[in-house]
Amino acid sequence: MSAIKDYTGAKLGMWLFLFTEVLLFGGLFLLYAAYLHKFPQEFHVSGKELNVVLGGINTVVLITSSWFMALSISALQQGHVGQSKKFLLLTLAMAAAFLVIKYFEWSAKIRLGIFPDSQVLLARPPGDVIFFGLYYLMTGLHGLHVIIGGGLLSFAYFLIHTGRVTQKDFVFLENSGLYWHLVDLVWIYLFPLFYLIA
Amino acid sequence: MKEQHEAHHITSYRFNAIIWGALLVLTVVTVVAAQFDFGFLNVVVAMTIATTKAALVIFFFMHLHYEKPLFKILVFLTFFLLAIAIGFTFFDIAYRY
Repeated sequence: MSAIKDYTGAKLGMWLFLFTEVLLFGGLFLLYAAYLHKFPQEFHVSGKELNVVLGGINTVVLITSSWFMALSISALQQGHVGQSKKFLLLTLAMAAAFLVIKYFEWSAKIRLGIFPDSQVLLARPPGDVIFFGLYYLMTGLHGLHVIIGGGLLSFAYFLIHTGRVTQKDFVFLENSGLYWHLVDLVWIYLFPLFYLIA
Repeated sequence: MKEQHEAHHITSYRFNAIIWGALLVLTVVTVVAAQFDFGFLNVVVAMTIATTKAALVIFFFMHLHYEKPLFKILVFLTFFLLAIAIGFTFFDIAYRY
């Protein structure tokens, strides 16, 4: 038995969902832009406190994960199931590495008493409070997307493993990949805005 | 029922590696560029590099380059709407302060 798959419809649905994600993050980028305009000096000073090295490593980690994701799809399309699964595991390893690095970054800041509503942060100028508020909100929401994306990719791995996602029927892997690349896209903007522009 | 066959573009490993390399180079460029002070242009430079990277991811890793025109129009429309939202907000902010 073969089911007819509407690939265009399946991908269109995923893209439409991604547009709502772009607008969700877009709203937060709008907030960032407006406050950067209002508190350029405070954003500059606060941004310098973030760890550029860790942020940079995480950028490389996510870009590489996107690469492995694209390779996993290419491999499956060519019928190399084993390779496809290996690339998918590498993508997941990069997702895990990203979260571990993020954990160390956040805990270093939290140990210094810099987190939303903390006494240390509230004693600082309003611009600093807003900068770190946006930092935790936006990287936190992004981190949540990394976790959900990781879950989605794990499920795709399971479906390939059990032969339900195959060379002939790979749209689930492709759509999971689209989600994963969106996670990478958001970070491509978060990195310069929080770690560099300052 | 007749099975429907759609053409799928398969990106080669080699081409994927080139895109990956380009993204890494641009990441280095954006970090290096941040060491210089262009004043107001700092944001413009950083966002231009980020958008170039985003375009590489969208067109090649996300295969938009090989999709039907409908997909391209929708992606353009989404970013156009976002640009309107951000642009119009700045008309307000720029004249308020």
